[in-house]
Amino acid sequence: MSVKVWIAGGGVISGIGMNLQENLQAFKDMRTGMTTMQYLQSVHHETFPVAEVKADNDTLADMALMPENTSRTALLSLIAAREAWKSTGLGDISRYRVGFVSANTVGGMDKTEDFFNSFLANPQGGRLQQVLHHECGAVTELVADAMGIRHHISTISTACSSAANALMYGARLIRNNIVDIVIAGGTDSLTRFTLNGFNTLMILDQQPCRPFDDTRTGLNLGEGAGYVVLVSDSLLAHIQPWARLSGFANANDAYHQTASSPDGTGNYLAMKGALEMAGLTPEDIGYINLHGTGTQNNDVSEGIAINRLFAPHFPAMSSTKSFTGHTLGASGGIEAVYAALALKEGIIYPNARFQHQMKELPFTPATAFSAGNDLKHVMSNSFGFGGNCSSLVFSKE
Amino acid sequence: MADLKAQIIEQLNLQEVKPEDIGNDDPLFKTGLGLDSIDALELIVLLQQHYNIRIANPEQGPEIFHSIRTMAEFITAQQKQQA
Amino acid sequence: MSNSAYITGTCIIREHKILLNDKLVWEGKGPELQDFLRAAYDHVSGQYPKFHKMDPLSKLGWLAAEVLLKNNPVLQLPPAAVGMVLTNRSASLDTDVRYYATVKDIASPALFVYTLPNIVMGEICIRHGFKGENTFFVSEQFDPALLAAYPAQLLAETPLQACLVAWVEVMEQDYEVVMALVQNTGTQPLTKEALTSLYKKK
Repeated sequence: MSVKVWIAGGGVISGIGMNLQENLQAFKDMRTGMTTMQYLQSVHHETFPVAEVKADNDTLADMALMPENTSRTALLSLIAAREAWKSTGLGDISRYRVGFVSANTVGGMDKTEDFFNSFLANPQGGRLQQVLHHECGAVTELVADAMGIRHHISTISTACSSAANALMYGARLIRNNIVDIVIAGGTDSLTRFTLNGFNTLMILDQQPCRPFDDTRTGLNLGEGAGYVVLVSDSLLAHIQPWARLSGFANANDAYHQTASSPDGTGNYLAMKGALEMAGLTPEDIGYINLHGTGTQNNDVSEGIAINRLFAPHFPAMSSTKSFTGHTLGASGGIEAVYAALALKEGIIYPNARFQHQMKELPFTPATAFSAGNDLKHVMSNSFGFGGNCSSLVFSKE
Repeated sequence: MADLKAQIIEQLNLQEVKPEDIGNDDPLFKTGLGLDSIDALELIVLLQQHYNIRIANPEQGPEIFHSIRTMAEFITAQQKQQA
Repeated sequence: MSNSAYITGTCIIREHKILLNDKLVWEGKGPELQDFLRAAYDHVSGQYPKFHKMDPLSKLGWLAAEVLLKNNPVLQLPPAAVGMVLTNRSASLDTDVRYYATVKDIASPALFVYTLPNIVMGEICIRHGFKGENTFFVSEQFDPALLAAYPAQLLAETPLQACLVAWVEVMEQDYEVVMALVQNTGTQPLTKEALTSLYKKK
């Protein structure tokens, strides 16, 4: 049970950079990723800013060394997972027992949308089986194959907390000696499907989003992928760990299909459970990477839960979604990499566009980038539709 | 208002509710019909589909969708404006 | 790993039949899945009008949990002590297709809400007040190894005392629910073999 699980490296591709170094530079420069749509074709082109990965599919396919007709979700996944593995310096992947646990919510929807049009025109066309190959699980298999990962492959789909749950499952695979290494995180590409869907829920901001600001009016969608490499204590001598995954918990809010409960019950339970597992008290946490989507509902529920757990000592906190947009199934993975890097380099990330303190909360997010802070423990929150709330705690040692 | 009740039952899949169960002044949300935020969004869709009325700001929702009567009054007012 | 997980109840829904602990409790007529689900709801419960708003995936999971948990002492456990591990093949594709059909006209928020496979877990949690850990895996087929090992680990290492474990699959008219209630005490150990034989039962 008490086998330590280390973070040996990480990789990110997002609207603010094609790799982790570019992401970090964007935070330093306060350069956010939201722009007018350049790659996605949508009638909402002029209406909603999005944080797209700044490359077309052909370019991504070249980067990933994959055929051009590969789903964008898989391309983003492979690029970030390869970067994560490379950053560990562990060398030939076939020398280890490695698992791949990847989360996504849209699967190959970018390809599937074209299929839907012909399917709806002729439902008896009998091509429905084909679409299954574009579904969530197929994306994971494709990337695992390209990486040469064979020991364990799983796909998790629990909305916006998917990738955080992938880290939890990955850590347990290691603790139970099923594998020694797990590449865990998530991927999602921007699709018309999700854009139209979030639009029907009326939670998309037509301006760049303002998480934890009193004037916030919604989220911006983003896309990308992020993976950490979880490594068993038994391989500690071979790595230079960034951090340790010391605690995690998941709880269900049991309130509504999409809305968070007003007092953030699920959020509170997840954060509290993760702290308990890590053997920490709230004062030990130096930084929280907030879920912070920028919707009225999320930020007030998350804030109230934080207030309940942390008052009166609030750690530094920020929503990096103010840079990357909400990358849905990828967000927990991207933000886990940011959290591990925060410990490695003492980073507190800025919360862009924050101006007005929320009237419900006694604290405000960090607004400037800083490095070299003395951080010992950081928390990363990921809360999803279906009431699925996860919180991860990373520790320096 | 009878039409409106039937449309609401259809749109929101209220299979166990009959039009006569809904009083003109009963609150639609919480204590009354027990509708929630997703139902509110579906009511916005209903207004667009059946009455060609667009609501861009969901914060108007609680006022317009308070009861059948407030909804009907809103629809009538909008139709007069359009005419 | 020590085995301290036991199957304390099962519910299977397929071919328009509902089986509780291997016994047929109800059989529906007619070919359409939606009609079967409505009739099953009337038979099993009534009194939960939100059921009619759910998509078929949520209705199936909700019904199985309803049958399995009726008068069950698990309902008296602390909310955070009951969790869930669900899996299927098609994720929410069945609803994705229907949602997508509305996009050309006016996209339906009520359908979009169900275009995530884990919403069924949310529905079961809302119904019974469960607040424990839950996860949804997408697997090519029923995976007894995963469904035996992971819930056992959750019971051993987390505050969970009970866990609903299920395969909940639906794509158009094809559907299948195989659900087990798993707890730390009982007589039938949770094993890969036990789940395989449960899945094969007709």
